[in-house]
Amino acid sequence: MSVVLRTEQLSKQYRLGVINRRMLYQEIQSRWARWRGKEDPHTLIGHPVRTEKDGTFWALRDVSFDVQEGDVVGILGRNGAGKSTLLKILSQITSPTEGRVLIKGRVASLLEVGTGFHPELTGRDNVFLNGAILGMTRRDIAGKFDEIAAFSGIEQFLDTPVKRYSSGMTVRLAFAVAAHLEPEILIIDEVLAVGDASFQQKCLGKMSEVAKGGRTILFVSHNAAAVESLCTRGIVLDDGKLVFAGTQTEAVAQYAQLQKPRTASLAGRADRKGSGQIRVNAVELREAGGAVIASARSGQDIEVWLHYETQVPGELDDLTARITVVSELGVPIFTQLNALKHQPLAPLPPRGSIVCRLPRLPLPPSLYRINYSLNLGRRGGLRLDALTDAADLPVEAGHFFGTSDCPSVQAGLCLADGDWRVEPAAER
Amino acid sequence: MVEPASEDLRGWSKVLTPDRPWWHIPWREIWEYRDLVLLFVKRDFTATYKQTFLGPLWYLLQPLFTTLMLAFVFGVLAKTQTDGLPRLLFFMSGVVSWNYFADCLTKTANTFTGNAGIFGKVYFPRLTVPLSIVITNMITFVVQFGLFLLLLGYYWAKGAPVFPNYRVIILPLLVVQMALLGLGMGAIVSSLTTKWRDLSMLVGFGTQLWMYASSVVLPLSVIPEKWRWIFVLNPMVPIIETFRFAFLGRGVVEIWQLMVSLAVTIVIFVFGMTLFSRVERDFMDTV
Repeated sequence: MSVVLRTEQLSKQYRLGVINRRMLYQEIQSRWARWRGKEDPHTLIGHPVRTEKDGTFWALRDVSFDVQEGDVVGILGRNGAGKSTLLKILSQITSPTEGRVLIKGRVASLLEVGTGFHPELTGRDNVFLNGAILGMTRRDIAGKFDEIAAFSGIEQFLDTPVKRYSSGMTVRLAFAVAAHLEPEILIIDEVLAVGDASFQQKCLGKMSEVAKGGRTILFVSHNAAAVESLCTRGIVLDDGKLVFAGTQTEAVAQYAQLQKPRTASLAGRADRKGSGQIRVNAVELREAGGAVIASARSGQDIEVWLHYETQVPGELDDLTARITVVSELGVPIFTQLNALKHQPLAPLPPRGSIVCRLPRLPLPPSLYRINYSLNLGRRGGLRLDALTDAADLPVEAGHFFGTSDCPSVQAGLCLADGDWRVEPAAER
Repeated sequence: MVEPASEDLRGWSKVLTPDRPWWHIPWREIWEYRDLVLLFVKRDFTATYKQTFLGPLWYLLQPLFTTLMLAFVFGVLAKTQTDGLPRLLFFMSGVVSWNYFADCLTKTANTFTGNAGIFGKVYFPRLTVPLSIVITNMITFVVQFGLFLLLLGYYWAKGAPVFPNYRVIILPLLVVQMALLGLGMGAIVSSLTTKWRDLSMLVGFGTQLWMYASSVVLPLSVIPEKWRWIFVLNPMVPIIETFRFAFLGRGVVEIWQLMVSLAVTIVIFVFGMTLFSRVERDFMDTV
């Protein structure tokens, strides 16, 4: 094993004044003002945290790591952590401000499929053009052309101008080209996987296939599940700095830590209903081990903690607690209540938490909300406390089916397990 | 983190650093991407006249119309001098060479802003784009030059006062010089437009003005001799004058003027390439 990619104290500084396009006369105004020692009238007010006094900020700061041959490295980080900047430097779209990158072998980066597609050209011509833009020679492409055509599944339209294609066809063709790149190091942006769910799956599937072929891959993502299942190593960026480099499992754990868990405080909510003998002050999501999480993953065992306070401890023996998970548009997906399995919530201490455990969360990746209500008795009893939209429940792709496959929310609001087989026709 | 021996970079095939020498142009890499250059050329040819009624015929019609227009406005209305040459031939010789240079300039000038979408997503040597433009335009030039030769042949057969001579062997040099000049100027403009978009508005207007100062409509001979040196500083003047002198046998161009033009061309080209390779490294941060 040898190191095929190394970054040394890689830093990238952006000048806020330059990011924004300016006009010549503004430039002259600024120069004039500075020359006379006055304040530049076009100084920008930038990112409050990472902005230095001189109007610059570090998108990436002292990032050093090694990538071994054959590694599949997941680069994790929240929005603005510096992932895209790192990606742009590694793909040579922009240059570092400090530090350097050492590379062994041919690099291809896929930040987008179909770069340079020209609508007037035929599918065939575009395959060649796009391939060449991605660094293939004409001979490479010609050698793989039949494979690419077959992969795209639109052989019969290859001599039609791309402007007559549906967007789906264009993407299929573009992806077919990308899938047949054979560089030593491949850099892939997760943005690539955006699009319809089946395309996303195809993309991830192809990636794991490529990874098994021993190629070195850098995969930029904030999809922890994809990183965990596809990658062998992980790197976590936060605020432009490298906070972790190690195995993918540890990296995913580190990344989860970064997702600062928020406990939705409900103390100030005025839209509460109910008599108020008991009040829920906060709703928390926790993983099975008890750690607070900001988002759940499909198929994960999670718990919803309702932190309450009551003035009448011990008197609410017949309490029915109910949570309803609704979709982003407010469609109820499921309701869970302690009465279903006759699990009494008593005795209640003055302060505590009512916990609902949801094993193997059957939700596809999306954003959901949680409503709760606490009533006395099963039906028609006194309403004690209730809130709609008490907490957000963001769900990311996970291993509901034991694989990294997960249908999108467009395919249905909930996940259901199933098994498939073939049966021969019954003999009469 | 162990500091690696920074001197030993031989094992690495590529090193990305904040700075690289200003003269560094990745010629070898451009050579590796030669197929891309050719595919860009093919794309430009296929795409330009798609969905036009007359298609590739425009390659001939465009200089023809310009020539006719100039011949009418300057030849018939203003009755300017043409060194005693047939008007159509005089103007067409100017138009054909000027077109080659101007197309190289205006299209190269658009390199960064016109390709920002691609440049922001994938790396390839950026110079492949201007190179493909020069090649595309060279093919156009050959076609239009053919038209000029036909016209020349016609006048020659008619016995008009045209005198093509051995100096025509200089044509390749002129073509290369125009390419370098167009590339250099275009690179300068495209580099500056990444910061100041206003310039792209000026390019079209500027080249138009430049044309009138470049012997396309007026021969150098109409300029009083003591002022000619000023015009010679415009590198296009000696180029077009030499072209005419070689193919039509008239003009007042001298060899030192062509040398000056060559020197100016080289300076502009080197400066343009330097600026281009500086800008290409992180222009994505500013557009």
